[in-house]
Amino acid sequence: MPYLLFLCTEAATSSFSLSSAQQHPIEIYLGVLLKSVTVSMLSIDPSKKNSFQRFISDGDLVIVYERHDNMKAVKVKKGSELQNRFGVFKHSDWIGKPFGSKVLSSKGGFVYILAPTPELWTLVLSHRTQILYIADISFVISYLEIVPGCVVLESGTGSGSLTTSLARAVAPSGHVHTFDFHEQRAGLARDDFERNGLSNLVTVAVRDIQGEGFPDEFQGIIDSVFLDLPQPWLAIPSAARMLKQDGVICSFSPCIEQVQRSCEALRSNFTDVRTFEVLLRTYEIQEGRIQSSDGDESYRRITHTRRKRQCISSEDNGENTDKATSIPTVMARPCQEARGHTGYLTFARLNCQ
Amino acid sequence: MAGELVGGHQTSSVNPRITWEGCSVLLDINDGDRLVFARLSPAATLKIGDKKCSLRPLIGCPFGSLFRVETGPNGPYLERCVHSSSSGANDMGVQEGGDRQLESESKDNRALIDNNSAQNLSSEDIDAMRRDGATGDEIVEALIANSSTYENKTVFSQEKYKRRKQKKYAPKVLLRRPFTRSICEAYFKKYPNRIGFLRIDTLSLLLSFANISAYSDVLLVDMVGGLLTGAVAERLGGTGYVCNTYFGGTSHSLDIARIFNFSSEFDSRIVQASYSHLCSAESLDEEGSKMHEIDHPAGIQSIIGRESSTKCVPSTGSTQIQEAQSLRNDNSSLDEELGNTKENLSSGQEGLHENNATITYKAVNPGKQASPDAIKMWKEKGFNSLIVAAPELEVDSIVQKLIPLLSYSAPFAIYHQFLQPLATCMHKLQSSKMAIGLQISEPWLREYQVLPSRTHPQMQMSGFGGYILSGTRICNNSENCNGNQ
Repeated sequence: MPYLLFLCTEAATSSFSLSSAQQHPIEIYLGVLLKSVTVSMLSIDPSKKNSFQRFISDGDLVIVYERHDNMKAVKVKKGSELQNRFGVFKHSDWIGKPFGSKVLSSKGGFVYILAPTPELWTLVLSHRTQILYIADISFVISYLEIVPGCVVLESGTGSGSLTTSLARAVAPSGHVHTFDFHEQRAGLARDDFERNGLSNLVTVAVRDIQGEGFPDEFQGIIDSVFLDLPQPWLAIPSAARMLKQDGVICSFSPCIEQVQRSCEALRSNFTDVRTFEVLLRTYEIQEGRIQSSDGDESYRRITHTRRKRQCISSEDNGENTDKATSIPTVMARPCQEARGHTGYLTFARLNCQ
Repeated sequence: MAGELVGGHQTSSVNPRITWEGCSVLLDINDGDRLVFARLSPAATLKIGDKKCSLRPLIGCPFGSLFRVETGPNGPYLERCVHSSSSGANDMGVQEGGDRQLESESKDNRALIDNNSAQNLSSEDIDAMRRDGATGDEIVEALIANSSTYENKTVFSQEKYKRRKQKKYAPKVLLRRPFTRSICEAYFKKYPNRIGFLRIDTLSLLLSFANISAYSDVLLVDMVGGLLTGAVAERLGGTGYVCNTYFGGTSHSLDIARIFNFSSEFDSRIVQASYSHLCSAESLDEEGSKMHEIDHPAGIQSIIGRESSTKCVPSTGSTQIQEAQSLRNDNSSLDEELGNTKENLSSGQEGLHENNATITYKAVNPGKQASPDAIKMWKEKGFNSLIVAAPELEVDSIVQKLIPLLSYSAPFAIYHQFLQPLATCMHKLQSSKMAIGLQISEPWLREYQVLPSRTHPQMQMSGFGGYILSGTRICNNSENCNGNQ
C-alpha cells in the first residue's frame, strides 16, 4: 500500500502539489477558525508542570504523520474526519489515545498522530514566504543567547517558522515581539500563533521596521533582535537603540551584497561582527549484503533505501530470502538532494559604553 | 512579562548582565588568542604575559566590557576602556573609507625585503619607555613611527601590524558571559576532545531536535563533560528537570556545567540517576532513598557554596584565586598545544577546575541523585525528550534501552562523532518500529570575512562537527495505545 503525497496544510493558499483530497483541509480550516482554542504547542502553563499532557483530546492540534516528508497539521474535532489515500480517519477514534499512536482508517490504512513541536510545525506550516529551517533556526537561537525570560524583537514575521522556535526559547516568562509590514500576512501569522497556543508569548504587529524602526517603548530593554529584511542596514540603527548593552543582533540575508552593507552599518555601534553560513547534510541508509564467497567478490545490494522500506511498511522483511551466505551491512550515504544555500547569518554584539 | 528570569540565569535580585563577586566569567584575551574561565573575587588574579593582574576591577562591570593592561606605581593593573571602532576581531578598522583604500590598492609587497632591519627601536629603547611610564598604546605608536616599512604597507597590512603590536604591548581582556555559545566555542577552539568535538551548531541542533523547552523533563547521557547538561539546563530556565543517566557504577563528570552561572534554583533541576534505578521499580524505594540520603549532603553543600557566591557574601577565603590557565593558547603554538600529549591537557584541566572543586564544590557530585518520587513519575509518564552525547559508548544498545523510557511522541537526538554507529542504530530503530521520522544529519558551518572589496569565506574552517540521529518515539503496540498506558 503505497503512501502517496498529502502535503496540503490548513491554509488553502498552500503551494504544494496536492492529492485528491484537496477540499477537506479547507473544511478543517474553517472549523478551526470557529473554535477558540487554548491548548498550547508548548507546556508553558506552570500548573501543568510535570503532568504530561500526552493524551489526544478534542481541540488539540496534532501532526498527522504519514512519512518523514509527508505530514500535516490537523485540529482534532469530534465528528470530523480526515480523508486521504488510506481511507477515512475519524477524529473521535483518536481522542483518548496517547500522542504517538498509530491510528487506523476505515480501510485499514494507518497514520501516526504526533504532538506538535516547533520542528514539526516548520515542516507543515503554510508557506506564505520563504521560511527558515532547522539548521538556521537552531543556530540563531543559540547565537542570540536566547534563554527563558528574554525579550526578543523580530522582523519580518513571514510565515512564523522562526517565531515559533523563538517563543519556545523565551518561554515561560519572556516575550517575542514580531513585526511584518504585510497586514494580511501578519494576521495569518497571528491566527497561527493563537491556534498553537502561543498568544501569551508572541505579539504580532503590523509595522514597516525599515522605514519606521522599532517602537520606542522597547528602547534599551531588548535582549536580542532578529532581522530578516531586504535592506537590514536601514533597521540596524533602530535595533541598536532597542538592545541592552552587550545584547546580540542577527541579520539573515540570502545575498552577500546585503551582508556587505549590513556589516558596514553594524560597525558603528556593534562589536564582534561575525558572518556564517550553516547548512545541513542528511544521510540515507540502506542495508546491503556483501557476499563473502571466496574468489568471486560480487557485491549486491538487495534491500531498499529508507524511503522504499517505509513504502512497503507492513510487508517488509519478505525480501530477505538469500541471506545465508552473505554478511548484512548497514551503509550510509548523503542524500542526493540537498539545500545548497539558505542565507548568510550575520551576528553582532552591541558595544558596552 | 519579564518577570524574575529576565535575560538570564539569575533571579531578580541580580542583574545577569553585570558581574558580581563569585560570578563565573569567560575572559577573552587578545581576540580569542587565550580564553580563560575564571571566578571573580578580590583575590583572583590573571597572568597576561609576564604581568599578574588582579581581577577585582572586573567585579560589578557589565559583560561585554573591555579592559587593557596598564602599568601603575603598584604594578600592572586592568583598566576598563571603550571599544574603539577598530577593536573588533573582524572589522580591522577599515572605516576610514574610500580614499585610503583606493590608495592602498596601488601598494603591494614588491619593495619588502625580509632583513630584520625595518624596526629602528631596540628592545632597550622599549624598556626605557616603559620605565618612563609610557602606556601600551604609546609604545605601539612609537613602534609604528620607527618602522621604515609601515608607510609602504597596504591599509590592511598596516592594520594587521598594529594589531600584532597591540597584542604584545597593550593586551586587552574582554569580559564575556559564560553562555552555551561562548563555553562551547571556547572548548571547541582549544580542547575539542573534551567535549567530544561537539560544535556549537551541532549542539544547537540537538537542543532543537529534542524540543528542549520550559517544563520539560529531559533524559540525558552527557559524556561531553557537562556541556550538554549546562546547555539543556540553560534552556529549561529553572523549570522541568535534566536527568543525567549512566550505565554502571560511576556517573560522568559534569564539570563544565559549573561554568554556567546557574542559581541554586537552576542547580536543583539537574539530577542524576543510574540506568538501573530508572528501570527497576522494586529496588527503588529502599536503595533509591538510601542513595538519596547519602548524596544529599553533598548536593546541599554545592548549593550553599553557590548561593554564597551569588549573594555577594564577603569573601571568607573560600573563593580564592581562580586563575584558570587551561584554555591558554598563543596563535603560533595552537597546533602544537592542541596536538600535545595528555600531560598538558590534564594539567590544563586541573587548572580549570582546581579552585572550583577544592573549595566550594564537590568535584564528584555535580548533580544530586534524582528523588524516588521523580523516578517513579518518570517511570509512569516517561521523559519528554532524550539527548545522548556519548562519543565513547556503544550508542546502539544505549538507545535501544533509553527510548522505552520516553513518553510516546517524545523526540530524541543522538550525537556521535562517527557515522557508522548511528547508521546501525537507525536501522535497528526502523526494524523494531520504536520510532519514526528518523534522520541522520550533519551540520556544516562556514564563517566569512566580510570587508569592503575583500569578502570571502575564511581560510580556516572546522571540517567536522559530528553527526546527529533524530526521531520521534511512537506507540506501535495497540494494547498500549488504548489510552491506558
